[in-house]
Amino acid sequence: MNDTFAQIFPQVAIPTLLNAIPHGIAVVDRECKIVAINQTLEALTGVLLADVRGVYVDFVLRSNIARRGRTFRDVLASGDSQVIEGDIVSRDRRKIPMRFTISPLQDDSEELVGLVIVLDDLSEVVNPTGLGDESDISQSIIGQSPKMREVFELIPLMAHTEASVLITGETGTGKDKIAEAIHKRSSRSAKPFIKINCGALPEPLLESELFGYVKGAFTGAVKDKPGMFRLAQGGTLFLTEIGDMPLPLQVKLLSVLDDREFFPLGGEKKVQVDVRIIAATHRPLKERVEQGLFREDLYYRLNVLHLHLPPLRERETDIRFLINHFLRIFAERTGSSVKAFSDEALRVLMDYAFPGNIRELRNVVEYCVNMCQSQQIAANDLPKHLLTQPSSIPAPLDAQPLPESLPESKTTARETGRDWLSIEKDLIVDTLTQTRGNRSRAAALLGWGRTTLWRKLKTHGLVSPAEVSNEQG
Amino acid sequence: MKILLTVQENCIAPRFDQATEIIIAEYDGQRLLGEPRTIILPHRSAEELSDLIVKEGVECVICGGIEESYHNFFIWKKIAVIDGIIGDHADALQRYLAGQLLPGMVLPQ
Repeated sequence: MNDTFAQIFPQVAIPTLLNAIPHGIAVVDRECKIVAINQTLEALTGVLLADVRGVYVDFVLRSNIARRGRTFRDVLASGDSQVIEGDIVSRDRRKIPMRFTISPLQDDSEELVGLVIVLDDLSEVVNPTGLGDESDISQSIIGQSPKMREVFELIPLMAHTEASVLITGETGTGKDKIAEAIHKRSSRSAKPFIKINCGALPEPLLESELFGYVKGAFTGAVKDKPGMFRLAQGGTLFLTEIGDMPLPLQVKLLSVLDDREFFPLGGEKKVQVDVRIIAATHRPLKERVEQGLFREDLYYRLNVLHLHLPPLRERETDIRFLINHFLRIFAERTGSSVKAFSDEALRVLMDYAFPGNIRELRNVVEYCVNMCQSQQIAANDLPKHLLTQPSSIPAPLDAQPLPESLPESKTTARETGRDWLSIEKDLIVDTLTQTRGNRSRAAALLGWGRTTLWRKLKTHGLVSPAEVSNEQG
Repeated sequence: MKILLTVQENCIAPRFDQATEIIIAEYDGQRLLGEPRTIILPHRSAEELSDLIVKEGVECVICGGIEESYHNFFIWKKIAVIDGIIGDHADALQRYLAGQLLPGMVLPQ
């Protein structure tokens, strides 16, 4: 053994050793104050050892496990290592899931002198693709708004029953993801989740897809086909766009839901199935029932549990969050250096109604990431229709009607040549007149959040100076 | 203007979403107006704290680690955020008033 190396090892080699380990490491004394941190932890926290030597470890790690230092003091008191899962907030303001291994350090006389804390990044474990996308459904449904929080609370409840679920919401609101989340959390999660779009296939084809057929049932039926119901045996069948299902098939579906058995096309033997049904539609099913386009009995059979997904314009607090989420995903995917949207670009996005909801927002962000040549997405990197089209009043095609109708716009830009701002001002005044000054209802009618309406009221000089000063004070 | 600091004992709290105590100071551009108010929060909630910040009309938040979504929310609301601060909260406030507090600053212990 090289004697010189052995002598200098404690002084020279320990920092090198700590830096060679690809995990964040902190060494603290008996008072839980920093003695050393390695370069990985410096990179994660954004602080340098020279600046934080002697600082309480809580303030450096920014974890959710510290309990004001009690966690570390417990290990010091007991002398037993602890492994705890939690998270930290990194220098770039990301919450990163971590496994903290806290071990006591002893000197030569076995006296406890401090702790070593090793941080193991669990991002890849929690989210194997690193994109929060298809692999972990619950991770990919995002929202902090009160309306989405209500939805998140309902998902586990719905997962633990066997009743049919009807999910409604405009196109692009995430009905498929919610359906899959319910399945994944249910006792049927180990069994198949089969999705079929009832609006995409003509009636005969949809029937054969759903119920299957036997060989010789019709020309071209050269072998048995099991059908989606049998493929989903023990699992969940997700019928999307159920509102578009032809009436004759609705009868057959109702019969299967009641009896849990059916005849495949051309078959003489009944097939028994154990399948949970989740249906979804962007159409107002109740109205279609009244119009005779959807069977009332099937409507009630499917609508045992109902989940309505709010459109993005009713989730104002989520828009910013989703923009950042998709920006991070697409920047990672494309290896782009894009880091943020400019204030002006964000203003355009926040004022846009997103009739295509999250799908449209996602596509807009993807477009921007691909088009932007710098680190910041400017307004002119946005799709042109966002810039040329004013903050539009949403027209949710076939969606649930609003409780009151918007006042008929007396004028349009094309008719008068007026600019959008003046039309928008008239529209706001008309709507407020209709709601007798009630801003919440006016915002709902206009498809904006209250904050957006307030901003626009200020833009158009429609608020009193007293209100403005109250807001500032 | 109102300045809000998330605190833990005498220091800036390490994390915005874990803070249970805040201090709100009012500043008229030359001096502090009265004693800063200390508020104990009923529980840890970044959302409720954000609501409180908006409702109080706070113009600057001084805090430790904060998630990007909340940071962006404040910027959008035209509320300045000086985050990543490590150190004594009174010192942080004095430095802010003197125009010497920067994000990520580790104040002398």
